[in-house]
Amino acid sequence: MRKDFVRRVPVILAVLLIAAACTGQPAEGGGETDDAQREVIVLAAASLTEVFQSLEEPFGATRSDVSLQFSFESSSTLVTQVQQGIEADVIATADEVTMGELESGGLLAGPPQVFALNELVIIVEPGNPRNVQGLPDLADPELKVVLAAEEVPAGAYAREALGSAGVEVEPVSLEEDVKAVVSKVSLGEADAGIAYVTDAQAAGSAVSTVPIPEEHNVVARYPIAVLNDAPNDNHAQAFVELVLSEEGRQALSESGFGLP
Amino acid sequence: MTQGRARRGSVRRLPAFAFPAVLALLVLVVPLVGLIVRAPWGDLGAELAAPEVRQALVLSITTSLWATALAILFGVPLAWVLARLEFRGRALLRALIVLPMVLPPVVGGVALLLAFGRRGLIGQWLDQAFGITLPFTTTAVVIAELFVAMPFLIIAVEAALRSSERGYEEAAATLGAGRWLVFRRVTLPLIAPSLGAGAALCWARALGEFGATITFAGNLPGTTQTMPLAVYLALQSRPEGAIVLSLVLLAVSLGVLVLLRDRWFAAA
Repeated sequence: MRKDFVRRVPVILAVLLIAAACTGQPAEGGGETDDAQREVIVLAAASLTEVFQSLEEPFGATRSDVSLQFSFESSSTLVTQVQQGIEADVIATADEVTMGELESGGLLAGPPQVFALNELVIIVEPGNPRNVQGLPDLADPELKVVLAAEEVPAGAYAREALGSAGVEVEPVSLEEDVKAVVSKVSLGEADAGIAYVTDAQAAGSAVSTVPIPEEHNVVARYPIAVLNDAPNDNHAQAFVELVLSEEGRQALSESGFGLP
Repeated sequence: MTQGRARRGSVRRLPAFAFPAVLALLVLVVPLVGLIVRAPWGDLGAELAAPEVRQALVLSITTSLWATALAILFGVPLAWVLARLEFRGRALLRALIVLPMVLPPVVGGVALLLAFGRRGLIGQWLDQAFGITLPFTTTAVVIAELFVAMPFLIIAVEAALRSSERGYEEAAATLGAGRWLVFRRVTLPLIAPSLGAGAALCWARALGEFGATITFAGNLPGTTQTMPLAVYLALQSRPEGAIVLSLVLLAVSLGVLVLLRDRWFAAA
């Protein structure tokens, strides 16, 4: 009796697995009639982490049946995910180039709208012990400089700024996203890095900043759009409107973003 | 009666096991098939000729071989201590050794930074006394790989030592062989197949290491950018390139594992 049961465990498990796989599908596909908790999936650039999370409360206040689900990655990763068919409702990137790929690919429900601006800043250890005054100081071979990889917007912008200032830097590492640049500096492993103003602000006292003059700085423009295949497009549109609203603008400006 | 039941059992067990076995195989193989089907075979040559790819591949192979060599050098004695010595806290020690296997590699990378980083427990002393800083160096890549991969070798060797026949060692000892001679001429040959398997696993894990490496060692082509890091970054801008790089990594690992199988596992 017990042996029989033990023998059947794999079969039972397999049947359960298949049953689970089958029941999973309709719930994802046809969303009209089921009254389960709905999720609006928002893909957003890593630098939007704090500000978007702060919008969760005002969004939920008027929609108790809808919850926001964020996925924060570098913009280029998000675009690749959308191109590979990930199911999501809204996307917000840190530059217009990556968003443009989705627009030209017909993956957006409407034209993207720029909702925030960001600038670059040099980040150094608290108190600036190496006395970094500006971009030219980053060329010092004694200084350990980290940049974001060229493949992600923050890295491309940093190179643009360095290029415009005519400074050649030999970084010790090309980090996978801008948050990793901040953490390498705040942990004291690197002496300096280039990040967004907003990331430096989010890091608080863990880093000090050195401004990059206007003529060499790069303004990052953040577009947002509803995705073409958004399963919850009404609520997705509502989230975009919240970001563009006065309330959204205030949250953005509190986090250090510029407004268009 | 017992015989009959056993026979009936074996007949009935087959279909019951075949189904989950096939499912398991699908889970493991289908993603690889996806990779192969989507690979841009036409661009394969151009991708492979790119100097960054060769650089990353060479770095991956050298660092993973270093990590494996160091794991054997230091891991085998530790496995021997675990298997042959009775002492208090042995269970705890074994748990500590296995911990890196379950720790998310990124957390492992942070832990390595806090220990060997410029402001780390040991790292700050290294920096002050010798002017050595490990992060952002190739050495850091080897350390990250060693941290993540060595447990695989230790576990395999320890299991082999525990189950190996102690009689041969005792016989050699009574015949006058010293401890080192016994270990070299009796113990080592006995555990050779498991050592080979453990080393292969350890090497494969080191070759695929990503999280601890990018966190602890950073990412710079030629110095710390191993194949998995190159794949991850390529994925951000050109997925086709990432697929090709992954295929290269797959082919190299498959080739080496098959080679090792013939050489080491044949004896088993």
